[in-house]
Amino acid sequence: MTSMNQDQIEFQDYARRWLEENRPPAPRERLPITPLEIMSEAHRDYLQDWQGKVHGAGLVGADYPVEYGGFGHDGFQRIANQEMGRARTPMLINIVGLNMAGPTILAHGTQEQKKSLIPGCLSGSEIWCQGFSEPGAGSDMANQQTSAIPDGDNWIINGHKVWTSLGHFAKWMILIARTSKHHKYDGLTYFLMPIAGHAGVTVRPLVKITGESGFNEVLFEDAIVPDNLRLDDVGKGWTVAMTTLTFERGAAESAGGGGGDSAHPVRRLVDLAKNTWRDGRRASDDPVTRDAIVERAIIAEGMRQNGRRARVPALCDHPMRLPLQQKVTGSEFVQDNARLGVEIAGAHSTLYKLDEAAPDAGYWPLAYMNSYGHTIAAGTNEIQRNILGERVLGMPKSK
Amino acid sequence: MNENEIPEMPKDFGFGPDEEMLRDLAKKLLDQEMPIEKMRRLVAADPAATYEEGQRPGWDEALWRQCIELGWTGLAVPESEGGAGFKMVGIAALVEEVGGHALASPLLATLNATYVLREAGTQQARVGLRAIADGASASLAITNQRGAWDHARPDIVATPKDDGYVLRGSAYFVQDAFKSDLFVVQARLEQEGGGEGQGGGSILCVLRSGTSGLALSQDHIHDLTRDQATLVLDDVMVVAANVVSTHGVETLDRAWPAILTTVAADLCGSSEWQLQTTVEYAKTRKQFDRPIGFFQAVKHPLSNGMIAIDRARSLVYHAACCIDVNLESGTDAGFEGALQNARMAKSAASDAGRFMSDRSVQLHGGIGFTWECDVHLYFKRSMHNQMLYGDATHQRRALADMIIGKVSSDAG
Ligand SMILES: Cc1cc2nc3c(=O)[nH]c(=O)nc-3n(C[C@H](O)[C@H](O)[C@H](O)COP(=O)(O)OP(=O)(O)OC[C@H]3O[C@@H](n4cnc5c(N)ncnc54)[C@H](O)[C@@H]3O)c2cc1C
Repeated sequence: MTSMNQDQIEFQDYARRWLEENRPPAPRERLPITPLEIMSEAHRDYLQDWQGKVHGAGLVGADYPVEYGGFGHDGFQRIANQEMGRARTPMLINIVGLNMAGPTILAHGTQEQKKSLIPGCLSGSEIWCQGFSEPGAGSDMANQQTSAIPDGDNWIINGHKVWTSLGHFAKWMILIARTSKHHKYDGLTYFLMPIAGHAGVTVRPLVKITGESGFNEVLFEDAIVPDNLRLDDVGKGWTVAMTTLTFERGAAESAGGGGGDSAHPVRRLVDLAKNTWRDGRRASDDPVTRDAIVERAIIAEGMRQNGRRARVPALCDHPMRLPLQQKVTGSEFVQDNARLGVEIAGAHSTLYKLDEAAPDAGYWPLAYMNSYGHTIAAGTNEIQRNILGERVLGMPKSK
Repeated sequence: MNENEIPEMPKDFGFGPDEEMLRDLAKKLLDQEMPIEKMRRLVAADPAATYEEGQRPGWDEALWRQCIELGWTGLAVPESEGGAGFKMVGIAALVEEVGGHALASPLLATLNATYVLREAGTQQARVGLRAIADGASASLAITNQRGAWDHARPDIVATPKDDGYVLRGSAYFVQDAFKSDLFVVQARLEQEGGGEGQGGGSILCVLRSGTSGLALSQDHIHDLTRDQATLVLDDVMVVAANVVSTHGVETLDRAWPAILTTVAADLCGSSEWQLQTTVEYAKTRKQFDRPIGFFQAVKHPLSNGMIAIDRARSLVYHAACCIDVNLESGTDAGFEGALQNARMAKSAASDAGRFMSDRSVQLHGGIGFTWECDVHLYFKRSMHNQMLYGDATHQRRALADMIIGKVSSDAG
């Protein structure tokens, strides 16, 4: 822990105490691994209720201005996130709102947009989704085909978005749409689009590799959005989207970084290995397994210390060098841990969620399959490696 | 695995303006005085002379004298003994620059000897520390013929005689021995009759390079940026008053985190040089009408190399910071934490070094396979450092005992 000022120390004490005293009872049914797989309304209600409580306690939105439903502090959110992680409180459901929509609106929004939209984002009463990806626009995100045509004080939206996480619960969507066919990048505009119950909007669930849902396709057929819900200028959509992606890829420190399943992943592997017998001995006694687990521990500690070093400019050669690595290292850490868990579990790794004999209630194969969501979403890791090679190391663009 | 924060870790790893200045001055000096062209001329002028005829590669003694003037030998020596008493985190950053310039010098050996003397804490150790602060270079003579890194059973034997010991036998793999004025020698205690002393104990003492009965036998190594030797002692008498530590193994153990961290820092520096040099080549070398850095088979491994280096660097600063904190508080838990983090740093730095060495040669193509191309200088230094005091898997084996627990005896 880097040193904190007196206010921050007091806040940490307060957060710790509050979380200790207000830990919610476990939900009736087990929660999924991340908010992106939430399907049942019971889970939604449970998590929305929890986010409302932590926001009310000042642990979410701590660094946002008071006039937008925040608490006006500086450097408190990171502490709150750490404490929520330590207390292993439930995940925050409105992660798209907290990690993407909120900070983007704060950076680009009008006074009116900020006042009317950020409070619901922080309290979780209004869930957000992200409508960037389309069937033909994934890694090549600027290849947007969804159109926005001006019509008086309104825009008329037509198009097809895919992989829209939380779309089924969302009241709002951050949307990029094409306002000009003549310019690939400068022809895009960013909107704050009403979704739930809105005329001309259809949300249909898509099923994931794990058998769960949680993301959707969203169809727009002459759906109307008023011009006062346009974010920033017409033709500035690409620039605004870049703001969103920056927050998305470095989400750990933002308002949505708190809570969720953060049992130390390496400790979890050690426990699994100690309880797994193979060839007449514990898996934790097998030298190859031991080496693999320790490798995970080194990577975990390396990520932690990278986070610490990123705040010491004198020890960073390039300001974006560490922040831009986070998405790759974090997602592959999760993936490699899960794969190792599957390997250690051996024959039992074949047992899935429903099987009572499955180790850790089927967590390992589920987590492993689910981990590809992290290495694909938010800019695939291949794209991230392009970005590192180009923006940090200065090599020529791969297109 | 550090689930619980180590209490009161200093802000910014303790890396403040003094440390920054130390590192930046080192970088400036080495940029100026040891450009790669000069390094190449100095150490790699004639491959046959080194690898066929067995000559030791050259080094810049005048530059080393300049470093001594700047106080580099005394960096880790406490102020009370005439040194600069620099924090390990500052020294690690300086060593990165040294690794980044592949500097041939006795700096690493001297720092590591210093850490051992510092841990010995005796009056006699302080004499050695003062000599180092005054400009003497030093090296550890602690490794046996089998190359064991646990320093549990040295081949040099100390037999009690009169009011001291007679030392006989050899220490192997002594780093930069021909550049060192002093040797910190570990010797196994043996009873007069020939049996081992109580608990198979060992002593540490400091010997000057000119001592009669002390000889160096040169190793023929691939690394062109250092030398290595077997130190042979033929009935060298050491009076009891000159013994630096009577608990040799424990003293070396306590210095081990700093020793590992120093080598890891050098590896980070050389890996960063390999990364930047290869990136530069990828931007300029054209094939198929494009700079080769356009191709992702070139670009992505370099991004991966950067990730590996950054992980190692952060672990090095953290380990250094733990060592600094522990030097003040000196608890057992603090020591265990420092050792664990130093082993992580050495493991990660060795892996980063291996990966960047591999890619730096491969991505230069044919030219990368030649003596003419500078990447081989760093490739060899890195290869040597990856192994030194235990490679990545060696460190992980030791870490497994700390993190998972020792291999259990139950079967089922
Ligand atoms: C779990 C999950 C949740 C998601 N949630 C959302 C959401 O809420 N909102 C939203 O808008 N989107 C969401 N996405 C979409 C995600 O952003 C895209 O899937 C992602 O950007 C990749 O696009 P694509 O699927 O079209 O793959 P493609 O772009 O077609 O990529 C296919 C493969 O080609 C590789 N590739 C493509 N271009 C290059 C290149 N230039 N260099 C090297 N390799 C390349 C990719 O890395 C990948 O391996 C989500 C995705 C997942 C998996």
